[in-house]
Amino acid sequence: MSAPEHTPPTGLDLPAAPPLVEHPEVEWRRLDPRMLVVTPLNSLISLLPVLVGVVLFSSGDWGRLAFGAALVVLVVAAGVVRWLTTRYRITDDQVELHTGWLVRKRLATPRERIRTVDLTAKPAHRLFGLSTVRVGTGRQALGSEAATLALDAVTSAEAERLRQVLLRRPTSARDTPGAPDSPDTPNAPVPPPATVLAAFSPAWLRYAPLSTSGLAAAGALFTTALNLADDLRINLDEVARVRAAVRWLVESPLPVIITTLAGAALVLVLVCSMLVYLVQFWGHRLTREADNTIRARRGLLTTRSVSVKEHQLRGVEVSEPLLVRAGRGARVAAVTTGLGRTGESSLLLPPVPRALAQRVAAAVLRLPTAPTSAPLTRHPRRALARRLVRAVTPVPVLAAALWAAHALAWLPAWPARLALVAVLPAVLLAVDRYRALGHALTDEYLVSRANSVVRRTVALRRTGIIGWRVSQSWFQRRAGLLTLMATTAAGHGGYEVQDVGQTRGLALADAAVPGLLTPFLVPVTGPHQGQDPGEPAGDDQPVRRSAG
Amino acid sequence: MNSPDTTVPPPYPLAGQLRLREPEHRVSRRAVTWWTLRALIGWLVLMIPQLVALLVLPGTGWLAWTLLASAVLGVAHTAVMPTWRYRVHRWETTPQAVYTQAGWINQEWRVAPTSRIQTVDTKRGPLQQALNLATVTVTTASAAGPLHIEGLDHDLAVRLVDELTETTQASKGDAT
Repeated sequence: MSAPEHTPPTGLDLPAAPPLVEHPEVEWRRLDPRMLVVTPLNSLISLLPVLVGVVLFSSGDWGRLAFGAALVVLVVAAGVVRWLTTRYRITDDQVELHTGWLVRKRLATPRERIRTVDLTAKPAHRLFGLSTVRVGTGRQALGSEAATLALDAVTSAEAERLRQVLLRRPTSARDTPGAPDSPDTPNAPVPPPATVLAAFSPAWLRYAPLSTSGLAAAGALFTTALNLADDLRINLDEVARVRAAVRWLVESPLPVIITTLAGAALVLVLVCSMLVYLVQFWGHRLTREADNTIRARRGLLTTRSVSVKEHQLRGVEVSEPLLVRAGRGARVAAVTTGLGRTGESSLLLPPVPRALAQRVAAAVLRLPTAPTSAPLTRHPRRALARRLVRAVTPVPVLAAALWAAHALAWLPAWPARLALVAVLPAVLLAVDRYRALGHALTDEYLVSRANSVVRRTVALRRTGIIGWRVSQSWFQRRAGLLTLMATTAAGHGGYEVQDVGQTRGLALADAAVPGLLTPFLVPVTGPHQGQDPGEPAGDDQPVRRSAG
Repeated sequence: MNSPDTTVPPPYPLAGQLRLREPEHRVSRRAVTWWTLRALIGWLVLMIPQLVALLVLPGTGWLAWTLLASAVLGVAHTAVMPTWRYRVHRWETTPQAVYTQAGWINQEWRVAPTSRIQTVDTKRGPLQQALNLATVTVTTASAAGPLHIEGLDHDLAVRLVDELTETTQASKGDAT
């Protein structure tokens, strides 16, 4: 249907481009016609504050009303143009999407490169039974948004069918060539039975107030409410009840003021965090589908379903933010190729009880016990010294700076004194960071744990390691420590084993991927080379997972 | 499929203390000149505005001190860093892997198996062109894994790229 690509007259002797393969047998399809309503609706919802501002307070000003009307017309027109110009088709070997009117985009993704399929339905989509289909490839986030192929939107049934068709290996015998895309395929796959690995339970809500997102949500909601009141020209001072409450509070004794404010803040945080948790994770269901994909579904208003091909999975990450850890909770994410580096989409389980998190991690990897719960080998004491230096040094530096400011009479003396008090939390942080450090090697996985504020335990499939980075700072060289990073095509691209003993770290890397590092390893000969004081016997003892 | 995933017990076969040996080849001797020039330019970019401000703007006497500090640090850095780097920066290719060592105060070793190499390319800035040097970058499917060999003789770099490209094309698969 497109004009043949003609070679630009560059005068360069470039090899001819491979011929553009067209599949006339597969028909182009449009997005669902209901998008003519949904796209403008979504845009209007996001423009609502502006429209309300323009229309409600125009007070008969025709110019402002006309501006509002023009905005609506423009939004509707944009939706129509988008629908008219967007077409997609799924051929035997690729997914193609043509979109845009002034700027035309043509996206094509080879089906063999498809790693993940993400179905999202915003509230407006759900009202009309539609879903957006996003196709993730192995490419690591390079201008991620532009490169993702998204069909926004098709009917939810079609989305589900596409999910299955796209995740199936294109070479599969079940794939009827030429006809995988016709709307009324008689052999449309019946929804296959799926194994449920985890399902939302109201008991998980107790982790909601322990996550920082709850706190952030409370703050956001509070400011939004204030802004809205401001936009709607409601002067809070003029509402009699608010005024009475403020007066009562101001005239109360100090302890009453403090407890009231703290109680109100606590209630606000509790309610908001639970709301956020519910909105994000309501109906969370982690399943293994019959076609060997791991699928996570969740959402109260916007529903989201992320499917990962099982053979793209390179491991799991169990992370425990400080407060969640204190409540013996953890969340689980997939280490996989094809998802962006942001944690959001790879999340398999929100904060849940840790024991459940480990059980699910094991089930996802098809193992009886999770490698992330394997006993870990502690790192040498010298690593503790490093943590301490790194955590504590900023404190006296800050105190000295504040004291200098005091000496120059810019500041009173108390900030400097107060800064010194920070030594205690700094020491606690350092000790906790050290206690987190550990590694293990299992038959199939390299396991590494680190960090305190968000303690992360990563189990990386040993066959998924595609290289090593070994780094030593000057201080690490003196202490005989090193930081080992296993590079991989999945997740963050590399996972670290921090501050491991030099010999232990190198031996670990050598054992994890046999042969790769071997030709480059030599025994330490001279007494001056690679100072690695013998690992104390205590370093070899496995540590039990510390109870929160 | 549900076979237990047992922990491989430490200690792994430890025969005494281990270290990474130095890769076989040094980079070009001209890399020292390149690093020196680069450091010099960096410090001049930092110092010239200070000097101008000191001479032109009134009441900026304290800039004399920061300028002095910059000068001392700059001279020390420019004198020490290039030769130190030259002692550290090394590279090696084997039929199985590419291996590099880099850094000076902080050092880093990187290994990538040839079967996982995705692209091999060279890059030359104006300074490197003037000195007939090139940087070879070897990328894998990992965002964290590229290997850089800085300051290679340009002809050698071209030959290395050809050789690695040939080896890479011989191996199949999408290298993830």
